[in-house]
Amino acid sequence: MSKMINKNLILYIGILIFGIAAPFLFPAFKVQLSILCVLIVLATTWNIQGGEMGYNSFGNILFYGLGMYLCASVQVGMFFPLAEWTESGGEKTFVHTPAQFFQGMAVGLIVAAVVPTIVAGLIGYSILGLRGHYFAICTLGLGVAAGEISGGIEIIGAGQGFTTPPFPDVGSLDSRGEFFYFLSFFVLVLTFIAVRGIYSTRFKLILNAIRDNEDKAEAMGIETMKYKIVGWMISAFFCGLAGGIMGGLVGYIDSTDVAFDGREMGVFMVLMAILGGKGTLWGPIIGATVFHIFKEGFWTFFLGWQYVALGVLIVVIVIYFPEGIMGWLREKYPERFGEVVDEKDRKAQVELK
Amino acid sequence: MDFMVFQYPMISVQACLDGILLGILFALIAYGMALQWGVMNIINIAQGDLVILGGYIAYFMYLYGIHPAWGVIVSPIIMFFVGIAIYKLVINKVVDRDLFISILATFGISILFMQLMNFAFGADVVLANSDYGTTMLFNNNVVLPNSKIFSAFISILFAICLVIYMKKSKLGRAIRATAQNARAAKILGVDTEKVYAATFGINAALCGVAGALISITFTIHPYMGLPYTIRSFMIVIVAGLGNLPGVAMSGMGLGVFEEFADYILGTEFRIGSVFLLLVLILVYRRFKLSRKREYLK
Repeated sequence: MSKMINKNLILYIGILIFGIAAPFLFPAFKVQLSILCVLIVLATTWNIQGGEMGYNSFGNILFYGLGMYLCASVQVGMFFPLAEWTESGGEKTFVHTPAQFFQGMAVGLIVAAVVPTIVAGLIGYSILGLRGHYFAICTLGLGVAAGEISGGIEIIGAGQGFTTPPFPDVGSLDSRGEFFYFLSFFVLVLTFIAVRGIYSTRFKLILNAIRDNEDKAEAMGIETMKYKIVGWMISAFFCGLAGGIMGGLVGYIDSTDVAFDGREMGVFMVLMAILGGKGTLWGPIIGATVFHIFKEGFWTFFLGWQYVALGVLIVVIVIYFPEGIMGWLREKYPERFGEVVDEKDRKAQVELK
Repeated sequence: MDFMVFQYPMISVQACLDGILLGILFALIAYGMALQWGVMNIINIAQGDLVILGGYIAYFMYLYGIHPAWGVIVSPIIMFFVGIAIYKLVINKVVDRDLFISILATFGISILFMQLMNFAFGADVVLANSDYGTTMLFNNNVVLPNSKIFSAFISILFAICLVIYMKKSKLGRAIRATAQNARAAKILGVDTEKVYAATFGINAALCGVAGALISITFTIHPYMGLPYTIRSFMIVIVAGLGNLPGVAMSGMGLGVFEEFADYILGTEFRIGSVFLLLVLILVYRRFKLSRKREYLK
């Protein structure tokens, strides 16, 4: 056992060192690496209720978009009138000083994390009472409705979008990329520690009980609703944070194309978790990495056919690969996952095939 | 917020009539969705995209100089085969699986169709002009385009034909038997695989009819599919599976709701209000059903 812990510790420290060194090793890919961190956060937190709890949500994009708008609005609204900012479009008469920018970003991120958590708690009781496909469609509706409605609100830019404050001039040109990379990497580490902590407690077992048979779990005396809401609130917290960072990184918020982008980010997070393997700790992380590399590596070759490729990819993954990479590995090397394998039985099965 | 609609009764009448004519069209799409949901236990997110594809068939006939009303005949025939192709390629692999798998797989099809239509037909909002003129009612205070009346009439015609077909024909009986109990139907000699394919084909054909009518009465755009899916889903959960009068009534109700939302909240919130209504209906349904489970607490 202690050998196992040592091995894991070395692995974590290795990843941490690699994560810190990455922007200096690959200076050209800083933005891509930051996006990768955000994607991993989204996939991992989707997995909390999608994979562990069995509540397949299309609506986590709601918290992501909410966080994005809130972070940017707070960052602007703390120092300047928000309405004038959004009205002036791309040409800014107000400029954030570095101190203002970082203060705004810090407060904005806190708000972006806390408010979606509260929202998830408030709507959780009504929404999480729905089961199966009703829950999936309801959350899909929530995401799209949020996009459509925020596209009609004047103060956050309505249809013309919302430009987030540009990064202030603090010396070198690389500082913007580095700042956002380390911010998103920090959030990633935070998410990983939190999720790993959760998965080693009784809470995870309760979530799995809900996934496997909710009525039985309820009959055994577990207050399922309470745990479902807490699970969703944890997702919302990190989705909001990820959204806030992504808003600053992209620099421009549009209601349906960037913030509440159910057609892209909302599906990506589900797809990444399924590709890696639902209901595992490492699955969404591997899935997000593979997906991002595939997307960035090959996207440009499709020349406008990206969405066609995405549609085909969804269908193929869902139909032929629903267990994901981790599920496939588990089938191939069950010993590594702590499963006891009877060699005779295995040989007999191979012969049967 | 604009409450003009309540101050001038004629605008209310206009909104109601528009809504009812629109709602009949929604009910036709919802009937297709109820059919496949009941028979195959599949929720097809690509339903709306099939509708839009059907609309583009009629639009292309219009571009080549054929009157778009003929699309009502041609579009379902083409869409029937498109539906069967989708079934053979994708749907037959998800029929017996978890419902979420089918939702996600059809979501993928939806994205695929959206983008293919965007490439093939361009991202412009188009409509097929039918030149049917308009009908004036109540001292010219209410204006109804004849195309809307035509589309409602055709929708009702198709719905009646389908109901009779389902009742009388051999395939219709097989479909109903499969919906009741697929295993028993299989034992008694029904080729359920064929029935599933036919059901999906009929559903796609219904979408084709509805799409052709929408291209005449309203506008079509490659990305407009998802709201139609959501509307039909909403109508089906309000009315229940296999309740045709209920589907028609809730379709009309939804149409009227949308028209009023359009007048009161403004057109930019129209789609948003549809999605919000979906959430409200589901939440209401959840609280109504949860009373039955209270003994567990």
